[in-house]
Formats: sequence, structure tokens, C-alpha cells
Amino acid sequence: MTTQTTLSSDGPRLKTGLGVLARVTRMAFKHYWRMSIAISATFVAVVFQLFIPQLLGRAVDLAHDLFLRGVGSADGREALLTTGLLLFGASILRGAFTMLHNYQGEAVGQSIGYELRLAMYRKIQQLSFSYHDRVHSGDLITRSMLDVEGVRLWVNTGILRLFVLTVLIGVGAFLLIRTDLLLGLLALSFVPFVGWRAIVTRLRLRESWHRLQERLSVLTRVMEENLNGIRVVRSFCSQDHEMEKFDQASNRAIGLTRNRIALRVKNGTLMTFAYFISMALVLWVGGQKTLAGEISVGRLTEFLAFMTILQMPVRQLGMLVNSVARATTSGERLFSILDLEPEIHDKPGAQDLKITDGILRFDDVYFKYNEGDRREHDLSAISFEVGPGKTLGIVGPPGAGKSTIAHLIPRFYDATSGRITIDGQDIRDVTLKSLRTAVSVIQQDTFLFTSGIENNLAYGDPWAERDKIIWAAEAAQLHSYIDQLPKGYGTLVGERGVSLSGGQRQRLAIARTLLLESPIMVFDDSTAAIDAATERRIRSAVAGISHKHATIIISHRLSSLMHADEILFVDDGRIIERGNHAELLALNGRYKALYELQSNPDDDAHEAVRGVTHER
Amino acid sequence: MSDNDTTLSRQVHDEIEQNRPALAVVGSQIERDEQIFGAVYDGHIVRRFFSYVRPYKKGVLLALIGVIAFTITQLTVPLLIRATIDDAIVGPEAGLTLLGITAGLFAFVALLNYGANFMQEWFASNVGELVLFDLRRSMFKHLQKISLSFMDKTEAGRLMSRLQGDVHALQEFLESSIFAIGDIMLLLGIVVVLLTLNLPLGLMTLGIVPMLFLVRIVWLPYARKAFISARENQSRVNGALAEGINGVRTIQEMAREDVNYVLFKDKAHENYVSHLRATKLAQVMIPLVDTLTGFAMAVVVFVGGTMVLDARLELGIMVAFVFYVQRFFAPIRSVTMQYSVMQRAMASGQRIFEVMDVPIDVDDKPNAIDVPEIDGSIEFRDVTFGYEKDRPILHDISFRVNPGETVALVGPTGSGKTSLTALAHRFYEVWEGSITVGGYDVRDLTQRSLGRHIAMVLQEPFLFTGTIYDNLRYNRTDATREQIHAAAEAVGAHGFIENLPNGYNTKVEQGGGNLSLGQRQLISFARALVADTKILVLDEATANIDSYTELMIQRALKRLLEGRTGMVIAHRLSTIRGADRIVVLHDGRIVETGNHSELMARGGLYARLYRMNYASFDDIPEELVKTATAETGFST
Repeated sequence: MTTQTTLSSDGPRLKTGLGVLARVTRMAFKHYWRMSIAISATFVAVVFQLFIPQLLGRAVDLAHDLFLRGVGSADGREALLTTGLLLFGASILRGAFTMLHNYQGEAVGQSIGYELRLAMYRKIQQLSFSYHDRVHSGDLITRSMLDVEGVRLWVNTGILRLFVLTVLIGVGAFLLIRTDLLLGLLALSFVPFVGWRAIVTRLRLRESWHRLQERLSVLTRVMEENLNGIRVVRSFCSQDHEMEKFDQASNRAIGLTRNRIALRVKNGTLMTFAYFISMALVLWVGGQKTLAGEISVGRLTEFLAFMTILQMPVRQLGMLVNSVARATTSGERLFSILDLEPEIHDKPGAQDLKITDGILRFDDVYFKYNEGDRREHDLSAISFEVGPGKTLGIVGPPGAGKSTIAHLIPRFYDATSGRITIDGQDIRDVTLKSLRTAVSVIQQDTFLFTSGIENNLAYGDPWAERDKIIWAAEAAQLHSYIDQLPKGYGTLVGERGVSLSGGQRQRLAIARTLLLESPIMVFDDSTAAIDAATERRIRSAVAGISHKHATIIISHRLSSLMHADEILFVDDGRIIERGNHAELLALNGRYKALYELQSNPDDDAHEAVRGVTHER
Repeated sequence: MSDNDTTLSRQVHDEIEQNRPALAVVGSQIERDEQIFGAVYDGHIVRRFFSYVRPYKKGVLLALIGVIAFTITQLTVPLLIRATIDDAIVGPEAGLTLLGITAGLFAFVALLNYGANFMQEWFASNVGELVLFDLRRSMFKHLQKISLSFMDKTEAGRLMSRLQGDVHALQEFLESSIFAIGDIMLLLGIVVVLLTLNLPLGLMTLGIVPMLFLVRIVWLPYARKAFISARENQSRVNGALAEGINGVRTIQEMAREDVNYVLFKDKAHENYVSHLRATKLAQVMIPLVDTLTGFAMAVVVFVGGTMVLDARLELGIMVAFVFYVQRFFAPIRSVTMQYSVMQRAMASGQRIFEVMDVPIDVDDKPNAIDVPEIDGSIEFRDVTFGYEKDRPILHDISFRVNPGETVALVGPTGSGKTSLTALAHRFYEVWEGSITVGGYDVRDLTQRSLGRHIAMVLQEPFLFTGTIYDNLRYNRTDATREQIHAAAEAVGAHGFIENLPNGYNTKVEQGGGNLSLGQRQLISFARALVADTKILVLDEATANIDSYTELMIQRALKRLLEGRTGMVIAHRLSTIRGADRIVVLHDGRIVETGNHSELMARGGLYARLYRMNYASFDDIPEELVKTATAETGFST
């Protein structure tokens, strides 16, 4: 799967990486007000930050000098008071501006997160079925969640931190070195080492994190499958086998965790050590210089205080690099989706579909899912016509292409050649929205939304009136069931909601489509789990409105479509037999054989069809 | 970014905004109901938890030694700076020798600090991880033995979140508790050192410590509320996003994209706003702390400086104060954070131990036997059973399945068929009566030996991730390739397996998504065949399968039952007719037994239901069953 490869490859792709970063950065600078406030605030905060060690140094010198000179006067106290107040002021301002900078940075990041989330949502909704067939929904969910975060964090932990670090280290180093070259270099000596270790460690940790995630996801899967398949586990008495699987996955994860801890702890402690060692050096060399009278005690304090300030940001260099790596891969994945053009989209200047007679036509339609497939066509030379009040039945063995025909009508896929028209308008020339409003397809698998039954029934028309909803539920033979539920139409269904049987789900799907009263309705094996008697009741309930729309029924149960005006027997993407029930029986072919099998499920009938089932 | 094609046209957007659909929502409407925070301290939970830590007490001890040593070195650093200044630089005996000594000492302390730091981090992290894995393992192991009635009631997702999230919360609690001890020590140490160095100055600067605590404590509940709300909003947005992805086909089918976009936008915006609020609260702490710390520094500079002037304070002490003052906040922050960690851990611990406390109902007797060979008979004697107290669902069931015989269990939904099969495998314990397999009471056999003699095929075929081989072999890891191929061949699965891209080595995706239902069914048949047991218990699929696949499954079923004792919950009429004997159940009682023709001749419930001409007995609407039972006099 294509996504799988992109999800795991985190290697350095500098060229595209820079492009992605530039793109994210541009997005950030679109919020130019907030960005300029954030950057100016950063600058001011750093200046006050750097001011503090100097003030402290000055205070020490003041106290020391005055003491040595024995002045002990009001002057000295006043100078100390001034310094103290300045220090207080500088601290307040540093705090205030740091807050401002963090807040604005975070706000920009959140705005970008918000924009990207919306864009992803919209894009995913627009991408065609063919895309969703290829890409695993789980991957897509992870991408949209984690990758949006990865990109968002780039603003605060990336762009702005880069700025802080540059100013802090740059200006700080300049000030220190200008004051005393040797001592300045000593005070900064831990910076390159710690910075380097921080970067290397982060990158390694990141890599090992990915490996650990893989291991942990295996562990998760082992546990999940065990719990979901608990009856299989119990029935095979395979608890020991399962524990073995668990231990294997778990031990591997432990091994990696241990490596990770080693990596983190070794480097983390080493960085602190390096910092203290340079402090010892500053103390030693600085002490000598102080003794020699080259610098004052206050200066020495200033150097030491400055080192304290620098310690944290230098360690954060690792986070910065991490943020670059993460934003690059996340951004690349996000943009690769956002830049996709949905395969099926409105033509420029597409008009809304105008329904006049409500006649659907297939003219010599061919279709193929994948260019690379061995099979020449998934559908070949399909032609038919169906209009209001008429029913077309499609039957055939699994994989024959029955559902594919259904999928072409609302343009879930586009035909490779041939024409599909509704009232003479090629469906590729009209807007998707108008087409899909006119055509309803009810699939075999019903996706229910975790919400009230009523909301699910009104999914296609959330403005629907209550009466209409109840009418649809009644027609689908669902009303009496819903009515006896304690919460009636408000009952929650879907994941973690009331569990419905397969037949009830299908009836719900039928009801929510009936509600739309579309001119063309396609039942794609959508009564498979409904018993024959209920199906008959549904059919008679909708008989009253069936003259208004064209109906296509796809089923492997002949009783569902025997009454159709025309029935197509499809195999291998071709129409093999066509006609109404009586005509098809008279043909004495495949349809007849299937009919015999279903009406008289005995062994001789089995043998009769066996010739034609030979596997696909 | 090319915005134009990813956003909704203004006009459509406004139309939906102005006429909001009453019945539209996005995202799950079920709120998370697990409590995040519990009591701050629950002795019972902590004791239970520490029984998992005990095996690693050496590690914990070493971590604690590391923590203490680390704290002490941290405290020493400013003191050494002070000594350097006061003694080596400005003191009466100032000079290079003393400077060499203090600087050397400093380097030595740095080395000690390095070692201690390593020790605390290494042992705390490792113990934390090991306890996490142990805890998870023992919970998982317990789940393997726990009664199925518990598993029936509990969603897998909920258990998963305990096996993962909750276990993590306890690990975090352990680690942060170790470090919190260090933080408290550091704070106390600073207080002691400052007061010892200079009492009045110490008292004055320490004045901000309670202030910092106060600020933090006032702030905490607000911040927590904001953070929780941000997290909840985030998961709501993500839930809506996941729904949009999982349901994308339905959404496109029903052309709901535009409405959903507007609704999603609301959610995303709410999330944005709540995150901004959380950020605001998180950031407001910075100037507060800076102001208080700045105030303390100003005090040191002015008061301390004046004291230096008056020769009441040594210069180095003033410098040391400056360094200590900057360290006030970090420990206060971690200690206050520990409060939330503990609350979270208690809630998580409660959830974990709740599962661990579920008793194991079905377990091997101490003297349970392991029988290598049995004859394949099953006998139910006066069995009464139910899931809930006082609500039996099987009453006085007695029947025998002879070796090699196939018995079909038939009856309307809820008649107790599934419970009968589960009892034969001793998934549950009977209330009264007994069940013997091969002449042995199931309670006298080890569960493992029972598993060697009975294989089960469930209604929903469940496959594991792994290759087709792995699935066919499952726990019979000693099965040879030939045996596996033979089994697949026998059920007619060999053909389609060979046609898969990698044949038997094709990976089965999660849930068997890359196989059709019929194929999964056949694989689960073959898996039972590989297990090669004397007895087969089978719950026939009710799911609608097309006539073509059904043919294959029917044939496979015949092969599967050849030469075995079969107990089949039968839904398809052809299976029922093919059985040697049919046991008709209704409301947990046996109403009739006999073969198809005997039962038809008798004209009882079976004959009546059969004549209704439904594809399966389970399809028959309840009203019809009621009339049939009433007419035959079997009503309860």
C-alpha cells in the first residue's frame, strides 16, 4: 500500500524537506500580525533575560566595592536599591514578554492546526472511492491527527525557538566574549558539546521511538485480537499460545524500551556534566583573573548567572531538530494529500442535472478498476435502460461486477468507455452534488453514524420533517421496532450504541434512502440480511411511490428481483442472459439453474449449478 | 496552499449556516464516561500496586539513593561558588591554592552529580517500565482465565484502554513519586541552607515560597479544567474526523459533504478556542513566577547588598542566594503536579484492580486429569444453567450424543442453543446436573485436555493477523505443511488459497478484511480440521451468503463432520435434515428429539416451524413461533 511506505520512511530528504518547511513557514507568516508580535516579544524578552545577569553582577560589585572602600553611605544603598528595582522590573518584563511570545506563537500554531484540519477534512470528503479503496482508513485517520500536530508544533517549537536560540546565544556570546575572550569562551564551551549531543540524541530517540511504536502496535494488536477473538482462544484452549505471543511482543518492546532509556539517560546526564565542568573551569580561570584583578567578582557572578540562563535553551536544540524532522515528514504527508486532485470532480462549468423523464441509460459501458490488472475489463459492453415505475434486476455470481454497475451510476467511479446518461445528459457533464441527489445507492454493508436513530434516518436530508421520517421507517418495517425502544427515535446506534441486527441495519439503510425519494434508486444487495417475508412487506409498502422512480435491484436472492421488468444475468463483467423472469426460465440457462438451486436446495440441484460455479 | 478547492463556497456555507439542519451532527454522540481523576490517595490501591513494585525493590532503593545523592550535589553547587568567592577570592587566605581546591572540589561534585543523576534516572525509568510490563502482563493473563460472562459484558476497547492507558498512569505515578521525593528534599534543603547561611535574609527571601505555592494552588483547578476541556475537544474533533473517514462512502452517497463541513468547522473551532484558553492559562504562570522570583532577587540585591555593606553578610553568600532563589520554582511545580498524577493513578488503579479482582469461576481442579484419548461421546444430565442468578435459561437438559453421531440443535432465537454448546466446552459452570465428555465429567478434566478433544467453529469466523498458515495452524504449532494442506483441501479452501498473491503465506489483514466471508468461514473450518479433535461443536453461520458460496460451505461441513462427533447449531434446513438426530429446544427445554422424518411425522413444533418455509428457524418472526408453540402445547 502506498501510504504504508510513506508512513515509515523518515529518512532525510533534504530537498523536499526544505520545500515543506518553507510552505509551513509561509502559512505561519500569513498570520503576520500575530507573528510579528510574537517575534518582537521574543526579542524584548531575550534582551531582558540577558540584562538580568548583568544587573546581578553589578549588584555584587556595588556591594563589594562599597564594602572595600568602606563607604557604607546612603549612596551605596541607593545604588543597590536602584539595581534591585531594575532587577525586579527586568524580571517582570521578561516574564510578561515571554508570555506574550509563547501565547502568540501558540495561537498561530493552533490557527494553522485548525486550517489544516479543515482542509484535510474537506479534501478527504472530496477524494473519490478509488482513493479510499487504496488507502487504509486507519492510516488516513492517523495522518490527519498526528501529522496536523506535527506541523502545528513547528511554529512554536520550531520557528520561534530557533529565533530565541539565535538571539540568546548570539547576543549572549557577543557580550561575554567582548567582556573577556578567554572566560567567555570557557563559559560557552559546553554549548557546542551539549548542542551536538542534544541533536544527535534527539534524532536517535526519534528513530528508536518509531521502532518502538511499531513493536508496541504489534503488542496492541496481539491484545486486541485476543480480546475480540476470546471465544476462539477459549475454544482452542490456546491461552498458553496467546501468552507466548504476548510475551514475545512484550519482550521485544521491553528490549527497545531499555535501549531508549539508556540512550536518553546517558546523554541527558552527560550534558549536565559538561555544563558543570565548564562552570568549574569558569570558576577556576575566572577566580584566577579575579585574584589578578583583571575582572571583578561581579563579572564572575555575571558569567556564572549567564551560564544558568543558557543551560535550558541549549538542551532544547534537540527539540528544535526534532521539530524540524517531524514537521518535514508530517508536512510532506499532509500536503501530498491536500495537493491531490480528486479523480472524479465537477467539470468546469458543469450544470445541475435536470430530471425530466427520469430515464437512466447505459450505452456500451466498459470499466476497469486498475490499469495494472490482468483482467481486461471489469465490465464490458453493458447497455440497458430503466425509467420511472420500472424495475431492473441484476443477478450473477459473486465478483461478476454487479456492484460495479451500481457504483458507476452516482460516479463513485467513472466508466472507462461508453456513456451513462440520465435524461440524455451525460453524468460526467453534470455537477456531482445534483447527480448524487438524484441517484441513491443502498449498499449491503450499512455504515451507521454513532448518533440517534432519527439522525441516521435523516442523514441524507437533515431538514426532514418528523412525519416523513416515520413514514420512511414504517415503509422499511422498522417503525414498530424503534417505537418499542425506551428512547424511541432518539436511541443511539452505531459504535457503542444499541446493537442492531444485520437485517435491522439494512432496513435502516433502506429507510434513510426512501426518505430522499430520489428519481433513481439502486438496491445493491441491500436486503441480503432481511428475511423474505419482511422484504415482501417493504416492497408492498413502497409500491405506492414506486411509479415515481426507476429501481435497480441487485441481489443473489432471486425472490428479491423475480418481479422485475427486466433481469440481467451478469458474469465476468458481461451480460450473459437478459429478459423477464419467464423469458429467462424459458432460456433454460444459468438463470434457470440458479432458480432451481434456490427453490429446491437439494443435492441434485447442487450438482446442476456446480458446472457453472467453477471458481472465481 | 490552494485554499479555493478545499473550502466550501461562501454561498453554500452561508445557506447552511442560516438554515441549520435540526437533525445533523458529526462525531460520536456518546461521551466518554470513564472518570479521569480519582481520590488523591487510596491505600488499598497503593498497596496492591506496590506488590508489583516489590520484586524490584533493589532498583527502587538504588533510584532513591541516586535521588538523594543528586539532591545533595544540587544543593552543594551554590555553596561551592560561595566558598570560591568568600574563601579563595576575597577571603583572608585568598589565593591560587584555595582556588585550586574549591575549583577541584567543584569538579568533583560535578562528577558525583553525574553519577547520581545517572543512577536515579536509570533505575527509576527501568523499574517504571518493568513494572508497567509486569502489570500489563498479569492483567492480560488474568483476562485469559476470567469467566466468559465477564468478557461478554465488557467491550474489548474498554479493556484495551486499561491495558494501555491506565497501566501507563500507574507507571508515571511510580516514576514521578521517586522524583517528587527528590524535589521535596531539594526544597527543604534550600530552606535549611538559606536559613543557616543567614537567618534574616533567608526568612525574607523564603517569603516567596508560600506565595509560589499559593499561586500554583489557586491556578491549578482552573488550569486543569481548561486542559481537560482542551483534551476533550481535541478527541471530539478527532472522533468527528475519524467518522468522516470511516463513513466517507455513505457521506458521498448521501451528498452530506457540505453540511458536515459546516458542522465539523464548528467542532474544530471550539477545539481551537479551548486550546487557546488552555494556552493562556499555561502561560499566565510565567510572569507570575518571574515576578515573584524577581522580587526575591531584588530583596537579595538590596537587603543582602546592604548587609554586605554593613559587613553583616559575606559576599559569596549573597551570590549563593541569587543562585538558590532561581531554583525555588521547579520543585514547587513538580510537587503540585504530583497531585494530579496521583489522582489520575488512583482512578486508573481502581479500574485495573477491578478487572484483576474478577474471580476465575472456571478453573482446573487440583487433581484434574489429562486424558489422552476419549471415545467422543457427550452427555448432558439434568443440566440447569443461567448467566444471571435466579434466571435459569436451560432447564433439566438431558441428552446424549454418541461417538460419531451428528446432532443438530434447533430452536427459535433465545432457546438456549448457544449456551448448550458453550457448556459442552465448559466456558461456564453448570448450576445443576453434569456434562460428561467421553465419559468424564468436564469438571474433572483439565481445560487443556478438553480443548484437545473438542474443537469449536463459531458463527462469526475470527481470524488473526498473520499468514494463512499461521491461522490454519493456530496453536497446533507442530502441524506439518502437509497436514495443513490436506485440511484446506478437505474443506475446499485449497483452491482459493493457492490463488491468493502469496498462497498460504498471504497475510491476513486485521479482521480478515482481504478475504470474503465465505473464505473466512472455510479457513475457520480448516483450522478446526487441523486441530483434529474427536468432537466438533459448530455454530452455523446465519449471515446471508450467496447460493454459490453456500454450496461450498455445505460440502465443507460434510467433510468436517466425517468420522467425528458433531454438535451443530443448525440454521440451514439442509444441515438439519442431514443430521442423525435433531434436538428441538424451546425456552431452554428440550421439546422433541428424533430425525427429520420422525419429527415431521410427529407433527409437533418442529414440523410446524419447518412447514412455515423460512430459510432458517431464526428468521421466523416471534409472533409465529408463539402461535406454533401455543398450538402444540409447549408454551411455558
